[in-house]
Amino acid sequence: MTIQSRRQFLATGAGLVIGLALPMQGRAQSGAAAVLTRDGVGPGTFAPNAFVRIAPDNTVTVICKHIEFGQGPFTGLATLVAEELDASWDQMRAESAPANDELYKNLFFGLQATGGSTAIANSYTQMRQAGAAARYMLVAAAAREWGVSAEEIIVEDGVITHAASGQAATFGDLAEAAAQQQVPVEPALKNPSEFKLIGTDRPKLDTVGKTDGTAMFTMDVYRDDMQTVVVRHPEVVGATVATFDDSEALKVKGVQAVRQIPQGIAVYATSTGAALKGRSLLTVEWDTSKAETRSSETIYADFSKAATRDAGVVVEEIGDSGAAIDGAETVHEVEFRFPYLAHAPMEPLDAVLEVRDGKAEMWMGAQFPGVDKGAVAQTLGIGGENVTLNVMLAGGSFGRRAQTSAQIGLEIAEIAKAAGGDGAWKLVWTREDDLTGGYYRPLTVHRMRAGLDADGSIVGWENTVVNQSIMLDTFMDQGNSEGKDPTSYEGSTKMPYDLPTIRVNWVRQQSPLSVLWWRSVGHSHTGYATEVFLDELLEMAGKDPVQGRLDLMKSEAGRDRAVLEKVAEIAGWDGTKVKGDRAYGVAVHESFNTYVAQIAEVSDVGGFPRVHKVWVAVDCGVAVNPNVIRAQIEGGVGYGLGTVLFNDLTLLEGGIVSQKNFDTYRMLRIHEMPEVDVAIINSVAEPTGVGEPGTPPIGPAVANAWRALTGQAVRHLPFETTGV
Amino acid sequence: MTNFTINGKDVTVDVEEDTPLLWVVRDELRLTGSKFGCGVAQCGACTMMVDGMPRRTCVTPVGSVNGAMIETIEGLEGPEAEAVTAAWQGLDVPQCGWCQSGQIVSATALLREVPKPTDDDIDAAMAGNICRCATYVRIRKAIHDAADAMEG
Ligand code: FES
Ligand code: FES
Repeated sequence: MTIQSRRQFLATGAGLVIGLALPMQGRAQSGAAAVLTRDGVGPGTFAPNAFVRIAPDNTVTVICKHIEFGQGPFTGLATLVAEELDASWDQMRAESAPANDELYKNLFFGLQATGGSTAIANSYTQMRQAGAAARYMLVAAAAREWGVSAEEIIVEDGVITHAASGQAATFGDLAEAAAQQQVPVEPALKNPSEFKLIGTDRPKLDTVGKTDGTAMFTMDVYRDDMQTVVVRHPEVVGATVATFDDSEALKVKGVQAVRQIPQGIAVYATSTGAALKGRSLLTVEWDTSKAETRSSETIYADFSKAATRDAGVVVEEIGDSGAAIDGAETVHEVEFRFPYLAHAPMEPLDAVLEVRDGKAEMWMGAQFPGVDKGAVAQTLGIGGENVTLNVMLAGGSFGRRAQTSAQIGLEIAEIAKAAGGDGAWKLVWTREDDLTGGYYRPLTVHRMRAGLDADGSIVGWENTVVNQSIMLDTFMDQGNSEGKDPTSYEGSTKMPYDLPTIRVNWVRQQSPLSVLWWRSVGHSHTGYATEVFLDELLEMAGKDPVQGRLDLMKSEAGRDRAVLEKVAEIAGWDGTKVKGDRAYGVAVHESFNTYVAQIAEVSDVGGFPRVHKVWVAVDCGVAVNPNVIRAQIEGGVGYGLGTVLFNDLTLLEGGIVSQKNFDTYRMLRIHEMPEVDVAIINSVAEPTGVGEPGTPPIGPAVANAWRALTGQAVRHLPFETTGV
Repeated sequence: MTNFTINGKDVTVDVEEDTPLLWVVRDELRLTGSKFGCGVAQCGACTMMVDGMPRRTCVTPVGSVNGAMIETIEGLEGPEAEAVTAAWQGLDVPQCGWCQSGQIVSATALLREVPKPTDDDIDAAMAGNICRCATYVRIRKAIHDAADAMEG
């Protein structure tokens, strides 16, 4: 192991792990997720790096560079640190890192970002190194204080001991002394076989605050003299204000001002109730000349027309699929349609901004906090160094808070700018703002064509994917995309199946309607299209859905194979698709390097599917916290199921969003939730994410069961739209 | 002026009578555990106990609760509340957490009425509480666990 002094280290600035010692003052005053730590940073606290803080009271706080909105990074990253630190789980705490793209960058993306199910994957080594460095320094401090050799010191369950001399100390006892020790550059890490915490269930660190009402979210932040602001947005996404009349709104007690901003008409009030009442009394005329005014129906028709095999860009090609299919015994050609979808996080979007004396402080649940912070700095015309963004716990996101365009950062900045001068503002979106606010999962058409030979073997497979791009023309498009946006078609290429000929092309469509990554991104539709289409082909060939898939799998698709075999085992699959009034459907789909297979048990209740049980096998590499993994799979299944059954964010004639609240944009409810039985594959591979991969397979598994039960193929989602 | 008792404390608020109780409790009383999810009685995030009954406070005008006894997540008490909270923690029910105050209030109300609920009882009592993170498997189990714990 190399040793550098802290000074040398800082001077060279090298290394991934021990970035910078955090400035102690001001770290915890952010209020961000404060409920999880409560105690601020006091004297004698040991902060060996930007990720770990050990206080004299013996608590170890992990500063989490990923936003916590339910997927478990607080617990997951803390587990990684605690493992290498040999901490006791009881002493672990977590809090959000503030916006700082340099210090807290996602190592896969190069900026501070949560998304793509990468929190554990990109942090696995980094957080273990952070913990190992802290442990090294604590041991060095103990060795020095006790005058013994560091090699003879043992750390276990949060206690540092030297058996020969009978010395023992807690981390808290040694925090101050440890802070004086040299920072190791490449601390040795444990071999996975030595793991004690990783791989076992741990209670989540954010649970208690979320059961007693104390967890602090953005909407719970109140500042002195703060105004609550609601904005009347257009019901046609992208429309702008033509004229407005605020005379009635201004009469409402508590309404203090009404301003036009680029996003709409902002109502400033002393309370949320007054702001909402004021907004309801506004009269606004909208200019829709730059908005998407086609209906979903027209867009489907346009996309369908564009779905030809020679259009767009070829994104995967193996052999001559055209000739193979033309010469096939049987040709199967179908179209799948996937609607726009809203993320509908339970906490509608919101932000708090306070501007005092040329400095701004923000509170919000941002997945790209540096982007929102930059938008505020730019709009207000102050340097980025004058803006602090406290990343808050957020009530769900599913991709919605990952804004390349800084939608919310910009809106609250415009609110502050229009108000002028110093002040504090809380922007609150309602559910209506959320559902009509754009940034939907792209409406997508898949046109699929395949050929079977006389034996029922697939000789050719073609898939034309038509939709808007999420990434091209944003800053995420690094200029080397060659006109391809994998987030539009990921999962339709590199399938685990060994097919002799394949052709996948992507046809990009343009629309002023904003689109965004939605839990599992491209996989949210490609998983469905590929696994339903394949299942139809296996059925046509008279093959078993499980064995048929296994027989097709490439030799290198060992992990796909293993999850499929595992799920068949736990579901007791015996090749019978229908037993009594229940049918069973299968799907397997890898996303974000996590492999998931599901079998759904479905019955027909009044002509609509009722999903009773879902068996899931998941391989996400090292299972850092099986409890969190199971929770994410359960949640991912429920999220995906509600979507395929009910959800279609529909544009009506003129582009008006049809669904404005949960009465028409239906969420899955408790009586519709199946039992979920999760098996996690034992693995020592590097861990991968679980926030998204549970979602793609549920739709096709249910559709395949439903087709087995009723003969009805569901190719236009949701089920309700197909007329199920 | 509206008077009511909240979590055992008498309060008087001077707000327009048609203001939804949720916003009064959050903005004026600064009890922020009760959440806003829809504003139209569809999601249950704003559920509080009003005179012993779970109510969607996003559509409850504050003027209508004059003299009422209100309990929020912050002040929920009694054996059922304790059992529910303990079960919720034991199973790590929350994901994002936004819906959970409402879920816990509804579950507590259920157990006060039906000490040993069946799955159907749970469906009936909890169907008004949406969880977008779909923590429903654990919500159901936690309610059964809480009932078992109370039975001894
Ligand atoms: S906020 Fe009251 S029911 Fe949704
Ligand atoms: S825990 Fe996120 S909405 Fe229920």
